[in-house]
Amino acid sequence: MNDIPAPQPAPATATGPATIEQPIKASVRHLSFYYDSYRAVTDVNLDIAERRITALIGASGCGKSTFLRCFNRMHDLYPGNRYEGSIILRPKGLDIVARNVDPIGIRMRIGMVFQKPNPFPKSIFDNVAYGLKVRGIRDRRLIEERVERALRQAFLWEETRDRLGDSAMTLSGGQQQRLCIARALAPEPELLLLDEPTSALDPVATANIEELLSELKREVTILIVTHNMQQAARVSDYTAFMHLGVLVEFGVTDQLFTTPREKQTEDYITGRYG
Amino acid sequence: MIDTQSLSQHISHEFNKELEDVRGKLLTMGGQVEQQIHQALRALVEGDSKLGEEVERQDYLINKMEVAIDDECSRILARRQPAASDLRLVIAIIKASTDIERMGDEAEKIGRLAVALAGMDRPPHGYLELDHLGGLVETMVRNALDTFARLDAEAALAVAREDFRINREYEALTRQCITFMMEDPRNIRRVLDVMWCGRSLERIGDHAKNICEYVIYLVHGKDIRHTSLDDAERAIRAKNRAAEQAAEQAE
Repeated sequence: MNDIPAPQPAPATATGPATIEQPIKASVRHLSFYYDSYRAVTDVNLDIAERRITALIGASGCGKSTFLRCFNRMHDLYPGNRYEGSIILRPKGLDIVARNVDPIGIRMRIGMVFQKPNPFPKSIFDNVAYGLKVRGIRDRRLIEERVERALRQAFLWEETRDRLGDSAMTLSGGQQQRLCIARALAPEPELLLLDEPTSALDPVATANIEELLSELKREVTILIVTHNMQQAARVSDYTAFMHLGVLVEFGVTDQLFTTPREKQTEDYITGRYG
Repeated sequence: MIDTQSLSQHISHEFNKELEDVRGKLLTMGGQVEQQIHQALRALVEGDSKLGEEVERQDYLINKMEVAIDDECSRILARRQPAASDLRLVIAIIKASTDIERMGDEAEKIGRLAVALAGMDRPPHGYLELDHLGGLVETMVRNALDTFARLDAEAALAVAREDFRINREYEALTRQCITFMMEDPRNIRRVLDVMWCGRSLERIGDHAKNICEYVIYLVHGKDIRHTSLDDAERAIRAKNRAAEQAAEQAE
């Protein structure tokens, strides 16, 4: 694993070279993904900037969620799914999708939050502590510290500090989602994956999560899939637009939303039929 | 790159209509200001004080249009959150409406000066130089608005270059006015008014140039303000080449 070269800029594609002036957390190279014989992601080259938010946008079925799920090997849960290419996690140079890499080990390092809040039917405290216990942490003091830290990071501490023993199901939808983010943060992941984290939330809860993301990026690298283009425009530093499994355009968010290079991107973000 | 067609290709028909409407309003406002400039010049050259007063009175129409357009644009921004070329269109319209409104103010000034000048002795050759400068300015304004209507960035660049010629004509006019004032100090009052007219025409040319710059921004997403036109031309060429290559690749 030590012979993996230093990060190289992503190869130039039809969309021009991806330019990131930030240390790179993960490099995706020639990544394709197959559900059996169906290719859902085709030859994607992309760099994920460290401690920045990268948004994946595109119409339903464009492969953005499939792409996101490659990062924690979630597709391994079903037989017949197949990866080609590589996702190199920096700085150690681990190839996430390599056959000989244990997916459980990957999921220990990469956190994920889903569309619908899915707290475990346990107490608030136990929800956040769960990932730590799975990782074999037994020191009660350490667990308490990390739970508090994660809840603070997720802006949930003030609301829950007096009721940590209550069931997580007593929280509101927005609070539950922030709890899920806290749960993902507690084990201090290298990368946080968010799959439509606010699409089941009202505008206020959404604004809270977005605010939280902009705080979190000081510490964590975030990859977010969103249907809501305005959300991508609001929260992300880099945006990737996918269409039919292909990465059409990748760029700095400000540029992509004001002067996209590709007509397909333009048509999608301006709501034209393409 | 965008074209005039693309305005009407949104999934939302309402949005198509709103963008078309506000763009139409801007062009109507432009038409109104063209007419104002034309009448102000006629009033000046022909010594028609009635027409000059008319021009002064009509300026409120342009002001009203500017307010309506800004209002419409803020509504579109709030309700549609436009992106990419749609966003650039709204921004360009907001900015262009400001410039057109200022052109209206300059036309109003010329109208007022025309009234004053009509009451003074006329020089034997009339106001030929102002007529000439005004003709150039009128053409430039018409062409600038035309490039906005057609979203033609290359033409916009060519029109923007006309500003240079107008500035040179204005300098020539200024020199001539100085000569007249030195020849006979009794001319000073009248010639100063002529100079103010020239100054207003020159300013109208500057605003027309601004509009051309917005057209280039709108079409190419490239802000060329405060850069030389040669640099702008190079940037546009590069953009066009990239677009052609992309089109070839797509084929």
